[in-house]
Amino acid sequence: MDAHATSAEPERSHPSVGVYVRIGLVLFVLTALEVGLYEFTYGGHAGPAGAAIQPFFVPLLLLLSAGKFALVAMFYMHLKQDHRLFTGVFVFPLIIATVLILGLVVLEAYHFAFARAG
Amino acid sequence: MTDTAHAGHLETATGLDNRKLAIWTFIGSECLFFATLISNYLVHKETWLTGPGPFPHDAWTSPAGKVFEPIIEIPLVTLGTALLLFSSLFVVLALANAQRGNRKGLLLWLGLTLLCGVFFVGMQVYEFTHFVHKGLTLKTNLFGGSFFVLTGFHGTHVTIGVIWLFTLWIEAFRGKIPPAKSLNLEIAALYWHFVDVVWVVIFPVVYLIK
Repeated sequence: MDAHATSAEPERSHPSVGVYVRIGLVLFVLTALEVGLYEFTYGGHAGPAGAAIQPFFVPLLLLLSAGKFALVAMFYMHLKQDHRLFTGVFVFPLIIATVLILGLVVLEAYHFAFARAG
Repeated sequence: MTDTAHAGHLETATGLDNRKLAIWTFIGSECLFFATLISNYLVHKETWLTGPGPFPHDAWTSPAGKVFEPIIEIPLVTLGTALLLFSSLFVVLALANAQRGNRKGLLLWLGLTLLCGVFFVGMQVYEFTHFVHKGLTLKTNLFGGSFFVLTGFHGTHVTIGVIWLFTLWIEAFRGKIPPAKSLNLEIAALYWHFVDVVWVVIFPVVYLIK
């Protein structure tokens, strides 16, 4: 195999300053949504509507968090433009990390729900 | 990645700069490091020696009668989070200026990144001091231990990032970061963005989810 075969895929240029600023604004809005969600569900402004949101609170927060994570990784860390090898080197351990967290949390939940109850 | 930024690096089998591949590999390993700390926190967050309670978000009286006041300060941490996110924007703007050879812009945006980083570290120092005064220490219970270890290691990473970026600011001030050497800043910026995305996970998991 040609040693330079993988470099045949050229790296594209980085986004413009305008794109960076727009991503920054989106990140700010998503953070405000996270805190707003908390305030209206459990915080000082919690009401009847907040109680209705409670079952969806954690999934919504995790979704917003994942969106912010993806935006920073794709645009600010340039994974969208850079060589795919960088994406692989980052995403593979990230998948293992996610499985690790989910696995331990599920195991602990099982322990609480069944094992401690006897 | 621009051609100028890669100029002068040794030829590699992948055609990619070794330093950039190295920082991505390091970041990959850091994902696993923080995954263990986050898992540890999630498993232990409600494990109290005196039984679970609504603390630290709400006031709680232990069976022994000791009253724990709520200690989480969402507004302060939200401000720190916003500044850390803005610092990610500022550092990419600094990089864009470095790649264009605009030294003034580089110094300005990198300086603002440093200010945000310093504020974040200051916020954490204040928060930790406040928690200790309220009775929550590393040794109080498993929640305290896992909380301080997780946020403390993240704060240490931010501090290292601030020191790294400050050395680059000095280099830029002395005119030693021309466009051909902007990869030096890009590598530090990648580390900084990673520290930011880790906080993007820690913020809701630790501070918002009860």
